[in-house]
Amino acid sequence: MLKISNVETFYGKIQALRGVDLDVNDGEIVSLIGSNGAGKSTLLMTISGVNKAKRGNIVFNGENIENKQPHKIVDMGICQVPEGRRIFSRLTVEENLRLGAHANEKGKYFENDIKEVYDLFPVLSDRKTQRGGTLSGGEQQMLAIGRALMSKPKVLLLDEPSLGIAPKLVNQIFLSIKNINKEKNVTIFLVEQNAKKALELADRAYVLVNGKVTIKGSGQELLKNKDIQAAYLEGGAKN
Amino acid sequence: MEKKDIIQSFKDSLFTGLIALALFGPIVGLRTASKGEGLFITPQWGVVFLLVGLCILGRFLINLNSARKTEITFFSKFTSKFSAITEDKAKHFAITAILFAVVFPFLPFTDRYFMDVAIMILTYIMLGWGLNIVVGLAGLLDLGYVAFYAVGAYSYALIATTFGWSFWICLPLAGVFAAFFGILLGFPVLRLRGDYLAIVTLGFGEIIRIILINWYEVTNGPDGITGIPRPSFFGLPFKRSPDEGETSFHLFFNLEYSTMHRIIFLYYLILVLALITNYFTLKIRKLPVGRAWEALREDEIACKSLGVNPTNTKLTAFAIGAMFGGFAGSFFATRQAFISPESFTFIESAIIVAIVVLGGMGSQTGVVLASIFLIGITEMFRDLEQYRMIAFGGAMVLIMVFKPKGILANRKPTILMHGDKK
Repeated sequence: MLKISNVETFYGKIQALRGVDLDVNDGEIVSLIGSNGAGKSTLLMTISGVNKAKRGNIVFNGENIENKQPHKIVDMGICQVPEGRRIFSRLTVEENLRLGAHANEKGKYFENDIKEVYDLFPVLSDRKTQRGGTLSGGEQQMLAIGRALMSKPKVLLLDEPSLGIAPKLVNQIFLSIKNINKEKNVTIFLVEQNAKKALELADRAYVLVNGKVTIKGSGQELLKNKDIQAAYLEGGAKN
Repeated sequence: MEKKDIIQSFKDSLFTGLIALALFGPIVGLRTASKGEGLFITPQWGVVFLLVGLCILGRFLINLNSARKTEITFFSKFTSKFSAITEDKAKHFAITAILFAVVFPFLPFTDRYFMDVAIMILTYIMLGWGLNIVVGLAGLLDLGYVAFYAVGAYSYALIATTFGWSFWICLPLAGVFAAFFGILLGFPVLRLRGDYLAIVTLGFGEIIRIILINWYEVTNGPDGITGIPRPSFFGLPFKRSPDEGETSFHLFFNLEYSTMHRIIFLYYLILVLALITNYFTLKIRKLPVGRAWEALREDEIACKSLGVNPTNTKLTAFAIGAMFGGFAGSFFATRQAFISPESFTFIESAIIVAIVVLGGMGSQTGVVLASIFLIGITEMFRDLEQYRMIAFGGAMVLIMVFKPKGILANRKPTILMHGDKK
């Protein structure tokens, strides 16, 4: 469904991605783990078209998207929940959600979609008219996911949904991600530092080191991998 | 309050006095007077010491007050009246204000001077509302807004004097021209934000003004354009003795001729234009494009990730904001019947930005209050001549001290829980 081959992205002269190859198949949950500065967020931004790939191809449903503008890519069905949530803090919850449907707000399914988001995250429904900035971190993350769902994506790109969120809420958010995948049939590409959670959830996973994929396999395989345990799961595996 | 604090605040006050001395010393203290041949300097140290003394005392009192942590001072009493006007109450306020504005020309104390000031305030309100689209909603700091005001005024003046078309045809054309210039400015600045954007828009405003001065063949340079047609009341001119075959306003309605008729008509014209601007802004905020403007102000990357096209969004904001500036400009041209580049200097842009910022970015009612406050104050102190800019500056400082986010800082949601559903 989404095929990334040999993608290289630069920030000025600094190379952030050094030829990334990666596939995401229809209906899967694919996780990408890696440490700070490995290029995880850059990869997502490159898929979304916010950063442009200097070399390599990104093919989505048989169409090359590496040179398309971000809003065209969203129209095609790839939506990103950016790192740090990036809620429109002075806008209300409902306004945030409506903005998510910006690509197709004319659509008549709108009211229905918004209801589905509220069913998925009932807490958002209670806070409809509250400003986005007044929500807690976890609620903001839910809002960010809900907002992205409003564009009716085929693939949802999630950048560190566990960042800065209470552990209890992290579980709830990961459960919701699973639900979105299973019930709404949305393919998930998840980027995480919380390697244990990400690998448990994933059908397949990749490890990104210094802008290159070094290890790939099923989520379970990677959880048992000695190298990964040493590098990413220390402490995480104990509890 | 401890002794230490008193000494501290005393030192602080002395420091304030030092700054005041440095400022007032040369500005107020050394006065040039012409005696016979040449200029002589007459010192006025008495006035300087009075001013410096006032500054020290004022600072000391402020320090004492803040140390006691009480907020009951003259100023905070004064501003709490403004705080009372929250956005919830703004609707009642708006209706009252509009009603007042409608009956204003017929109130007993309203004379020609009041009407002129009111027209001026309304022009600034309209400009403020127009700029509010760009600065308040889309978050693009535009320091060259006066350029669109100028484009509107000159388009109107040139079209009306060249082709002799009526106000109602020229007005939309002027708006279209201004919008076109808005897009022209928009393209090169698409990638810029914040300070950088402000600098470029500042330059743009100056470019337009300098073109107006130097393109003598078209704009008549610094001499300006004279004889711009006055608006007519739907074809009925405001003239004492109409031309042959024409009926003028006072004859048609069987009234005694008065110059006030035209003034009142101009007043209602700008009132309607301003209210259209306001209505348009309030409506567009609830539409996807308006919401996208606000989202862009909040976070550009999030917008991109959600499929908002930032290029189109910014350009529409610039174009629509410019269009309303252009409308205001054509009104200005028809009201003055004479325009020159003098009227479109940077200070105008600065005043409009000040109105938007002091009003509380994005607040429509705030713009009204700030316009009345700023323009009204400068008018009130007109007799003081050059000192009125001090009053203007003082007004801005007061607002920023007591309401740092603007008079009305709260953003009103576009969707309400129990309200009408879109």
